[in-house]
Amino acid sequence: MATATAPLATQLEELSSDEILRYSRHLILPEVALEGQQRLKASRVLLIGAGGLGSPLALYLAAAGVGTIGLVDFDVVDVTNLQRQIVHGTSDVGRPKLESARDRLKDMNPHVHVEGFETRLTSENALEIVRDFDIVIDGTDNFATRYLTNDACVILGKPNVYGSIYRFEGQSSVFATEEGPCYRCLYPEPPPPGLVPSCAEGGVLGVLPGLVGTIQATEGIKLLLGIGEPLIGRLLLIDALTMQFRTMRLRKNPNCPACGTREIRELIDYDQFCGIGGDPLQDPHGIPEITPAELAAKQQRRDDFDLIDVREPHEWAIAKIPGARLVPLGSFTEALSSLDSARDIVVTCKMGGRSAKAVRQLQAAGFKKVWNLAGGILRWSDDVDPSVPKY
Amino acid sequence: MAVTLFLPTVLAKLADGRAIESTGDTVGAIVADVATRYPNLAPRLRDEAGQPYPFVTFYLNDEDIRFNGGFNAKVSDGDELTVVPAIAGG
Repeated sequence: MATATAPLATQLEELSSDEILRYSRHLILPEVALEGQQRLKASRVLLIGAGGLGSPLALYLAAAGVGTIGLVDFDVVDVTNLQRQIVHGTSDVGRPKLESARDRLKDMNPHVHVEGFETRLTSENALEIVRDFDIVIDGTDNFATRYLTNDACVILGKPNVYGSIYRFEGQSSVFATEEGPCYRCLYPEPPPPGLVPSCAEGGVLGVLPGLVGTIQATEGIKLLLGIGEPLIGRLLLIDALTMQFRTMRLRKNPNCPACGTREIRELIDYDQFCGIGGDPLQDPHGIPEITPAELAAKQQRRDDFDLIDVREPHEWAIAKIPGARLVPLGSFTEALSSLDSARDIVVTCKMGGRSAKAVRQLQAAGFKKVWNLAGGILRWSDDVDPSVPKY
Repeated sequence: MAVTLFLPTVLAKLADGRAIESTGDTVGAIVADVATRYPNLAPRLRDEAGQPYPFVTFYLNDEDIRFNGGFNAKVSDGDELTVVPAIAGG
């Protein structure tokens, strides 16, 4: 098991009397004490993403007195974020997440400096952004940015506090320390696009990023202070349903192109690495589409066609398009025989991803007249019928 | 050898639950047995050639099988095999 690493920040400055009072519960902990609190003040932590994981991370790091918190995010606050993204409030809906988070953190602790980067982290800007921070905390929501964050941290020698979540389960570890493994040692390659649904499609228990984000914040603070046993070389698995925490051993892969052989000396094209837009067969834009407005016109003309909804029954109960028939993607193969290849078929889901898969399955089974409803039921609600609730 | 294979919640619905009892001499034999019994789960565990994916990690007890022979890793009675697919939500 890895033991404490040397504390990161070395140039320390005095705490004001306001700060001494604010941090008193830290200062009386011998493991933190005055010097530790000064280290936190001198520290610079970069958070990739100000969403589900980024919310508790930013709040606790600010409360703890981490001197500079960098935030990378280009999104705006959406009402569906508020079920879990607790750094934002109802009055922030529509505002850039960076602005909203900055205001909340300043209120939480005016002694903290927030540096915002309102951009997507890319191969072009990542090294420049990461370079100026002591540690990086990965709270992003996609594979491409996770591999990019990992490689940037390995190249620059910055510890990467990893966390990811899906539905009721989470993972956390500390990657890219000098002696420890990196994200590529755990997962050398990402799954193909579409195999693992996003939280927007698959759902996530709102409190789960709170659990995992606070574990990441704890690991970050331990690294900054140089105390305890960080999750280096260990993968923590969190299951909120059974409330079981398991720790697996992670080893540094000597053949890892990032931290082993160090073949990766510069950042690559991570969209291509993750298969995004590379394979036309995997490209949802490569399959026949119909817009919600066109579908509405088709219904008004009373065209003869079948509208198939491939979502799950619990989603069907929330909202549906009139005239649709439910055939969940999970049992789609068995239900193929109930579909008539002689008729026109329009397939829909929540956002258009799963229905695109179903269209491919139908095409592979010899169906010629199939269309995917672009943007799914969410866009139907936007473009045609706002009385159909969005979720 | 009698081994228990543990699935994450997201895959458990493709089988009869989170814990599957199986027998075999290697991790690959256990995975092949489970894949045969649960055809819908099969493509989530290994590729069409029966080989492990780089984005699904198998732990034999607490050790990553990649450092222990992969699907050729020998199993013992009472071992626990845990499937940990990559997730990216945040």
